Amino acid sequence: MSAKRQEIKTIQPALQPVKGHGGWVASLLLAAVWLVLPSIGIAAEGTATGPTEYRDIPYIGSRNLVWIVAQLHLLLAGFVLGVPIFAWLCEVIAWRGGEKRYDKLAKEFTKLLTSAYATTALFGGILLFLLVAFYPKLMNYLTDVFFPSFLLYCMLFLLETATLYLYWYGWDAMQDGRKKTLHVFLGFLLNFFALFIMIVPNAWATFQSSPVVLSEGTALERAWAATWNPTWWPINIHRLIANVVLGGYICGAYAGVRYLSVKSKEDREHYDWMGYVGNFIGVFGLLALPFAGYWLMREIYQYNQQMGITLMGGFLSWLFIIQAMLIGVLFLGSNYYFWLGITYRIPGSEAKYRRAMLMMLVSLLLCLAVWMTPHSLVASIEEAQKMGGAHHPLLGVLGVMSAKMTVSNLMILITFMSFVMYWRAGKQDTAGWAKFGKAVMGAVLVVASLAVIVLGVWGYFVPAIVRINYFSTSQVAIVGFVILTITPLTALLLKSAKTTTEMVWGSMPPRAGYALVLNAVMVILLMTLMGYARSSSRVHWHVYGVMRDTSPYAYSPALGSASLIMAFCTFFFCILVAFIFWVATMGDKYKTTSGTGKGDLPQGIPAMAGGAPGKQRQ
Amino acid sequence: MGALGKPIILMVAMYVFLKFILPNIPGSAPLPSSLIFLYLLLTAAGIVIFETLSGESKDAFWGPMERFLTGENLGGLQALRYGVLVLFPLLVGWQTYGSTASSDAPPAESRTIHPAPPGEYTGLSNPVPKTPENIMQGKGFYAAFCSPCHGGNFDGKGPAARGYNPPPANFADPTTIAMLQESYLFWRIKKGGVGLPIEGAPWKSAMPRWELELPDEWIWKIIMGEYDGAHQSPRTWE
Repeated sequence: MSAKRQEIKTIQPALQPVKGHGGWVASLLLAAVWLVLPSIGIAAEGTATGPTEYRDIPYIGSRNLVWIVAQLHLLLAGFVLGVPIFAWLCEVIAWRGGEKRYDKLAKEFTKLLTSAYATTALFGGILLFLLVAFYPKLMNYLTDVFFPSFLLYCMLFLLETATLYLYWYGWDAMQDGRKKTLHVFLGFLLNFFALFIMIVPNAWATFQSSPVVLSEGTALERAWAATWNPTWWPINIHRLIANVVLGGYICGAYAGVRYLSVKSKEDREHYDWMGYVGNFIGVFGLLALPFAGYWLMREIYQYNQQMGITLMGGFLSWLFIIQAMLIGVLFLGSNYYFWLGITYRIPGSEAKYRRAMLMMLVSLLLCLAVWMTPHSLVASIEEAQKMGGAHHPLLGVLGVMSAKMTVSNLMILITFMSFVMYWRAGKQDTAGWAKFGKAVMGAVLVVASLAVIVLGVWGYFVPAIVRINYFSTSQVAIVGFVILTITPLTALLLKSAKTTTEMVWGSMPPRAGYALVLNAVMVILLMTLMGYARSSSRVHWHVYGVMRDTSPYAYSPALGSASLIMAFCTFFFCILVAFIFWVATMGDKYKTTSGTGKGDLPQGIPAMAGGAPGKQRQ
Repeated sequence: MGALGKPIILMVAMYVFLKFILPNIPGSAPLPSSLIFLYLLLTAAGIVIFETLSGESKDAFWGPMERFLTGENLGGLQALRYGVLVLFPLLVGWQTYGSTASSDAPPAESRTIHPAPPGEYTGLSNPVPKTPENIMQGKGFYAAFCSPCHGGNFDGKGPAARGYNPPPANFADPTTIAMLQESYLFWRIKKGGVGLPIEGAPWKSAMPRWELELPDEWIWKIIMGEYDGAHQSPRTWE
């Protein structure tokens, strides 16, 4: 009781400043925080003789808080590292090709980037504090292993920040001649540093899953061995592509929301086009993502059978059915957006392509049905008895990797063909070899699709290693061959083609904007899901096989309860991004309403939220 | 109802196919309701996507529904509208009640078939040389100890198989032992159903704990015999 009295005595003076200012909510909040503080101390866990190993907080729990903050940081980081890649590419296209609208688009992407960058760093800082506070033993161990790379990371962060500020604030000042070349080089540097900013922390995370520990050697040697662990490069590649996908779809969603809200024809055209570019970038990355994911899973399985089975056949295997559903919605959403583009942006094309769209849709849905069919089905006891077990005698074969790889390759082919169809719509071939060229492309597509299916079926009758090392890679190579053959042939054909119907930007229906938002939400959900998968695959280890988790949280939450955190992270991230974008565009709205053009403002006014001055719209 | 008719017919046809035709194909079995729901959901998604690809098709698809729900001078349909508006929430409520109310029916199974093996088994490789003699010996041990349940043809149809739920594994199915490493089979045979990890509980397996009766060498030989007899190969990385 005396301790409680002491607490109240301590709280009372602290509440004095807010007295009489109507701040009862603040008072209650402060009191609550004060009352909670002792429990943080109580929750600190350590041995009687040793240092504190864990700390906890009441209600939400340390693990959940770290989970949420880490996930938000990763999502923000994915956006911040993905966007510069295509922002810079857009700038290069504008620089070499002279199309100013690409420069404007690149600048708009970068504007979103600058405002998100500070928030990413903020969440990174919070995450670091939480990790140090809640997991001192683990952080001590990781610091011991990775100390040299911590220093490198700090240096990279400084370089990235400086380059980003120069890149953004120098945009208008470096528009012409050699200055533009310098600006493009800055964009390259930005991406160069961003790549390393991503792969250095990836080493820390992958080390936890597939550690390589040297007991001897210098600090540098130990850090390097730990960095170059078996899953480091697979995850580097996977995250690099995933970041582009995330960035593309979020920019697409931003454009979608803006498209739904803007009034002027010019703005509608711009945001329609921006939505198209965002969706295109997302799809472009999405085509390569399953291959990178497959490689990552292969490396994990090869590194440790236990981890591989936990993910693919064990208690996390249901997660991959949810993953299939989310990816399925993403593929459907992306294709739907392409098809809407054909119908609405190219008037008169609907009749010509409606049948093809139906065929593609049916093929996509069939592939999705295969991808979503689990190996072991959810069934009541009566249903299981009728099936003769948890496997359906006929459809059970669809539940394994051979079938999944086949349909994912086919879905990539279909999505690619959707894009080609969109590309060709409204144009008439004039080249003499057009008929022959189209026949070749058609033959390549048909033969490739058949080859992918044959390899998929054959995969059931060969040893797993043959399927994994040769058949699956051959399927990927075949799809790659189709893309690399049809893209240049189509480009050549269209070079001499006559445009019969001009593209009409700004004519998309509202549901196109909603489709863009849906795609972004799906990608965010996917990333939160796979974050849970990667972390849970370590089961009760902080560092797999090296440092055991001895906290009360040394268990993997069930998929149902984990999905609550995933949904919260997705929702909160969307709110966060909406807020950041709202702040970023606040300046533009003010300029529009006050009738002041961007070009009228003095150059170089600091605008952390992305509202830096720019030239008037091109 | 013109543009609505086709989707309704398609949904009904799909349901009939999944519920009554597919199960009667030779070698097939009735589909669980979870899978039927999944496929119907995909069908419905496909219908909505296709019907909203253009303004005309969207209007033809949603128009009748919109007119039914908001239109005026519909005559007898107006009464039907109120009926739908009353029945629909009741249907949702009934569905919600049905899925949340406590029931004496056993819950649906979502059993994990392949739990992760303990760490001490993951790095093991078969120490017995793969010679014809050892494989033959393994098949002999299999015939003695395993075939009563897993079948002489390695197809999970041994004479005792019908007594078990879930049924014994069918090794000839390319989606069972062909997906696993030999060390995984070694763990499962050695520890049996009672040795399954707690993380994937509740477990249902009548597999005996063979370590109590068979030496390790015999188990490794049985594994070789199983793969050879079922015409499968274990998962390897070389």
